[in-house]
Amino acid sequence: MLKMTDVSKIYRTDTVETHALREFSLTVDEGEFVSVTGPSGSGKTTFLNIAGLLEEMTSGTYELDGRDISKLNDRERSRVRNEKIGFIFQSFNLIPELNIFDNVDVPLRYRGLNAAERKRRIEESLDMVGLASRLKHQPAQLSGGQQQRVAIARALAGEPRFLLADEPTGNLDTHMADSVLDLLSEINSNGVTIIMVTHELTLADRAKRNIFVRDGQVTDAAPEFLRAANG
Amino acid sequence: MFRYYLKLGALSIRANPALSALMVAAIAIGIGACMTIFTIQHMMGSNPIPHKSEQLRHVQMDSWSDANPYNGGANPPIQLTYTDARNLLAAEQAVRQIATFKSGRIVEPEDPDELPYTISGRATSKDFFAMFDVPFKYGSAWDAAADLSEEFVAVISEPLNERMFGGEDSTGKRVTMNGDTFRIVGVLDTWSPVVKFYDLNNNAHEPVEDIFFPFSTAMANEYGNDGNTNCWKPPEGGDRAAFLNSECIWIQFWVEIPNQAAETEYMNYLDAYVEQQKELGRFPRPLDNRLPDVEEWMILNEVVDDDVSVLLGLAVLFLIVCLLNTIGLLLAKVMRRTKDISLRRALGASKASLFGQYIIEAGMIGVAGGLLGIGTTWLGLLGIRNLFNRFDFVEKLTVMDWQMTALAIALAVVSALAAALYPTWRACQVTPASQLRIQ
Ligand SMILES: Nc1ncnc2c1ncn2[C@@H]1O[C@H](COP(=O)(O)OP(=O)(O)O)[C@@H](O)[C@H]1O
Ligand SMILES: [Mg+2]
Repeated sequence: MLKMTDVSKIYRTDTVETHALREFSLTVDEGEFVSVTGPSGSGKTTFLNIAGLLEEMTSGTYELDGRDISKLNDRERSRVRNEKIGFIFQSFNLIPELNIFDNVDVPLRYRGLNAAERKRRIEESLDMVGLASRLKHQPAQLSGGQQQRVAIARALAGEPRFLLADEPTGNLDTHMADSVLDLLSEINSNGVTIIMVTHELTLADRAKRNIFVRDGQVTDAAPEFLRAANG
Repeated sequence: MFRYYLKLGALSIRANPALSALMVAAIAIGIGACMTIFTIQHMMGSNPIPHKSEQLRHVQMDSWSDANPYNGGANPPIQLTYTDARNLLAAEQAVRQIATFKSGRIVEPEDPDELPYTISGRATSKDFFAMFDVPFKYGSAWDAAADLSEEFVAVISEPLNERMFGGEDSTGKRVTMNGDTFRIVGVLDTWSPVVKFYDLNNNAHEPVEDIFFPFSTAMANEYGNDGNTNCWKPPEGGDRAAFLNSECIWIQFWVEIPNQAAETEYMNYLDAYVEQQKELGRFPRPLDNRLPDVEEWMILNEVVDDDVSVLLGLAVLFLIVCLLNTIGLLLAKVMRRTKDISLRRALGASKASLFGQYIIEAGMIGVAGGLLGIGTTWLGLLGIRNLFNRFDFVEKLTVMDWQMTALAIALAVVSALAAALYPTWRACQVTPASQLRIQ
């Protein structure tokens, strides 16, 4: 379902070339819940961004649902992002001027759904994250944990097959982090494939499969090594 | 999607009130400068009698010198000799025809304590009023008999009637000018064509004359001409008879031509007339008769001043400067919103939908700038009117009609969209992930 082969990503600035990913190969099957761990700067976010079609790779092949992603134009890539992929970011990234309802509405608007269908989906997904009563609130009126739940609702409203989460609990305390993980497990049990980047191994353990990234590559290194590296 | 973009545009404008206000102001000021000058130019050249202008034709025929053609041969003279005017008038080959010239008069008030004063006058034929749809408040034009028998009858303007008779119905009353006493047969209602098209020899935008009287009467009593007189050879003798017989041009001649057939017919008549005059030793130049209508006549007489075009050019430059400013402001706005843009891209907005969103926002700024621009244009025109209020005609030229109002908004929207192109393109270049990374 997701298949990356020898993907590399090089960031070029005037003076330096950074190899964020090198010959990165990974296959994720439908319905998996994969955690990605690794030291800071190892290329986790870069991998997630390429997987989510937010960035283009420098070389290699990437197939999503059997489709070669490198052949898609901007409109098609936008459509894949909109329909197949849901994103959850560490910093929530809600739009501060819009209320909760309108924030969840954003991806549905680009989907071109009618008003009734959008309303149904927004209410359903906010209900799932337990915030059905906060439709008219502004993001700033909610706690961090609640904001992240809105972001999850936004990702779910489009009924994606993939959920990509980049350190979704990084800005939350342990208790809130746990409840977000509960939510992700529930979503996964409904059949959504999840790839979650984290550097907290206790959270990573709750995924069905763990992979480790170092220097832009998937490594065979044992968790003990990482445990040591993380200190 | 359009409604969604409108909503986003409104949100964004509200979220950046100062920046948005600056953009609206920049556009409004540029539009105001442009539209003020353009309105004046538009009014200067606007058709004073649109419903009938194609039927009203000035007669042109080339009576000029072969050695030194009129206007280098580009067009026949713009007035007629007395000989030709008299002949064409007598021939009555058109539905209506008038020979006319401007002639200032001195009113001698009945009250001996009141001082005489000058007014502008026009010698013309009775058809003048019907041809040019001149509105009457009291009475009517004089009749054909008055033209024939050189009667002392007159039609006076509304302002003169106000001055002499306090605005009352003055038909039947008398007015004495330069020793001749005229009976008033008609009083005009308000009549102020933007362009005094029937005689463009002097100021094309001056008010219509104060008094009108028969051409025949003016000729019989040797009234002088206040317009232009041009001669390519001197009259043969110094007296008035010699002048009237000369090749000097000084009379405006208009005919009413209802349709194509009438035009052909009248043209044939003119050609035959000129051929006949050639046999008498006149009209040395090749046959070149023309019947320009009112609009063609205004273009030929360059009613729109070149100076105004230069001013308009400057105003357009000013608008461009304002737009460059707007581009800068829009860029600043885009730069402030890269995070929002890349988030929307991540959530599935294509470049095309972002383009739509930003262009519609710019369009909204444009509409606001246009509405405010109507206000600034109005102020600009008011300023010009006050600055030049010693000229009567300025008032007519500083009026914003619905066309100019609509144009102000359209120009503002087009300007805003043009200014938005580059910033919007920049917005579309923001990559989906770039602003979402933290670290
Ligand atoms: N836009 C960028 N330009 C240049 N270098 C970048 C950019 N994004 C990431 N990098 C570099 O690529 C490497 C991998 O970054 P990232 O994928 O964010 O790591 P992680 O998420 O594992 O901490 C780092 O060395 C980082 O500095
Ligand atoms: Mg990262």
